[in-house]
This record gives sequence, C-alpha cells and structure tokens, in this order.
Amino acid sequence: MTFNLTVSPDFAPDHISGWYFFNTWLQRKLGVGIHLELYDSFDAQREDIRAEKFDLIYANPYDASMLVREMGFQAVVKPASKSDETIIAVNAESPFHTVEDLISGCRVATTDDPDVHTMGMIMLESADLDKNNTEIKQHSSYVVVAKNLLNGDADAGFFLKDAYDELSELIRSKMRVLVSSQISVVHHSLLVGPRMAEHIPAIQTALLTMHDDEKGKGVLESMDIETWEPMDSEQTEFMIDLIDTLID
Amino acid sequence: MSEQDTGEVRTVEIAYFDGTKRTTDIVDREVPYPDGKLIVSRTDPQGIITHANQAFIDMSGYSEDELIGTNHYILRHPDMPAVAFKGLWDTIEQGTKWHGYVKNLRKDGAYYWVKATVIPNIRNGQLVGYTSVRRKPSRSKIVESEALYKTLLAEE
Repeated sequence: MTFNLTVSPDFAPDHISGWYFFNTWLQRKLGVGIHLELYDSFDAQREDIRAEKFDLIYANPYDASMLVREMGFQAVVKPASKSDETIIAVNAESPFHTVEDLISGCRVATTDDPDVHTMGMIMLESADLDKNNTEIKQHSSYVVVAKNLLNGDADAGFFLKDAYDELSELIRSKMRVLVSSQISVVHHSLLVGPRMAEHIPAIQTALLTMHDDEKGKGVLESMDIETWEPMDSEQTEFMIDLIDTLID
Repeated sequence: MSEQDTGEVRTVEIAYFDGTKRTTDIVDREVPYPDGKLIVSRTDPQGIITHANQAFIDMSGYSEDELIGTNHYILRHPDMPAVAFKGLWDTIEQGTKWHGYVKNLRKDGAYYWVKATVIPNIRNGQLVGYTSVRRKPSRSKIVESEALYKTLLAEE
C-alpha cells in the first residue's frame, strides 16, 4: 500500500526540494511507499484532505485542529524552535506607524493561509478594524502581497514571519513592520492519519533521531528545520484549544 | 494609558465568590497591552491556574510560581462588576466560548485591559479545565466597557 503525504503550502519555494528529499528518506527508513503531493492553494489542499486523500500531513495549526478533532489524525512531531508568527507590514513610505493608525476602509492584502489571516485580523482589532470596515484582497502568495504594498495597491499586508524574512532584502527594505506577533506556542506539526497509525512509533523514532544521521541532517537542513521534537496528544489539544479561542 | 489615570492609590478589600477576601492597594495607572502578544493561561475546572505563558507573567507582575496553584480571581479588579464574571461562568459551564472585555489587576496594584476569550477544555467528553486567551482591545471598546461596568457596579 502506498501512503500519501502533503505539506501545508506556506513553506518557502526554496524548500520544495527539501520535502522531496524528506519523502525519499522517510520511505527508506519505514520501508513503505509514500507519494508526496504539494499544493499552491490552501483551499484546494483542504478539499483533498477532507476527501481523506492523505495519511501524513505537515499541517499548519489551523488545519491541525480539523485533522485531529474531525478526522482522527495524531500529531507526532513538531519542528524545534519554530513557531508560526504573523507580521503586519506597510510600505516603507506609508503614513501609518502603528496598527492604531490604520483607519476604516483601509485596503488589506492577505493570502489564503488561515493562521496568518486569522492572526492578522486579530491584530487589527485594536484599531477597531474587522472584515466589515476593511477592503480585504486575497492573493496567491506572500510575494504578491509584498508587491501590492510596494505598488501602493494595499495599505497593509499580512505575512507569515518566516515567509517575510525570506523575501529579498530589496523588497523588505521597501516595507516596514507595524507589528509582529509573539505567540510562541502555535506551530506546524506532522500528523499521521488513521490508515497509517500502526507506523506511528516507527515514524516518531525515525524523526526524533533524524538529526543524528548524516543523510537525515542534510535533509533537515534543506527543509530549514533543525530537529524534530515530540508532540503528545495533550500538547496538540492545548494548541487546538488556543486556536479555537481565536476563531469567532 | 488612559487619560483619566490619576496615579492615585487606594486600599480596598476585595471579596471573592468563595467567601475569601483580601485587602490590597489599587493604583489608578494603566499598563498598556503589548502589541502582538497573547496572554495565555489554563485553569482546572475550579478556576485554579495550571499554566501561565510568559506574557501572562509579564503583564500580571506575578512570578510563575505565584500564579500556578492560585485561583484566577487573583486578577480581579474591584472596578469589575461581579455580574460580568457570573456571565463568564454561566457561559463556559454550558460548554460555550465566552468573549468579553476585562480590566485586570496587577500584583503592583496597576491595571491592564484585555479582550478575553475563555473556552472549556474537553478531553474524551470530560471537562478538564478552561483555556483563556487575552488579546489587545481597542481604546473605543475600553471606553465602552468602563462606562458599562461603572453602571453595573453601581447597581450591585
């Protein structure tokens, strides 16, 4: 039986090859066939997840909630020292210097990344802004969000902090960060579905020692992950509860 | 910081729902909510704190050791009407999410406003505690809440 792996589409394009190396490495370690499928769009990926197409998912925290509570997935590991944080940025020349300077009717550039969008909207609340008094436009990537800020087509943009940090220095020099979230406890995790549950102990053992193995270390570097840390069910439930408090 | 802050210090006795009381100094000084942070805590079903994140420790002014094992009502500011907390408990005890604006009391007697959300933590169908996440409220919501709580407090 071949299992199916997918990865939340919010990783930087530079790391696409890293996920293919990871898949090859994991198949050798487990001795099972795994097919990797990547997506550009969160919505398209979620549709296939709901159709029970996948057995192994490197998921953002928002999707982890659905996977655990509705589809019986189990989180097994998370990347060490890598939390998901959101940035609200503006054009460097923007008259807005704090979130509270943003006004009703402001144009917000976002992506379909559910965590970043949710956290971005939460950080706008202190300016009394919400979906009813802002013009929100969803774009295909963080690069397009940045372009909209640079061209003056948006007043503020939401970014995953990791993605913002990986934009070119030239692009970043033309933007200014208004606020960066510091939540620390919300992060991606690797989840295993019911069809692959019998492999959980082997997956966890392989991943938690991955950095000790020369090949494994190289694969981790290509994914921009230092090491994996174990995740137990209570840690997962805690993160899901936290995400639940953020969704109205 | 609120324009109405006077920095005045008053000594008050705070009575809690379980019959306990404490006397403490209240300082009329707002500590601004830090941008981008979430204050996170968890309690057991009785409201005893079991987890506090760094933002909670920083904003409350208590150490982690002081917070863990203490009832969450240690943060209750005397300007908050009891009816607001009754609404919170009535809501979460029904298994529903609660949102509200809360003026919290710091260890040093100063205060900070939050937009709070509390949800019940259900594991295998059993209530094991509550998670509370606080975020930065807008100034207009603080002004509205101040007026509302003043009226409710006068009626108590």
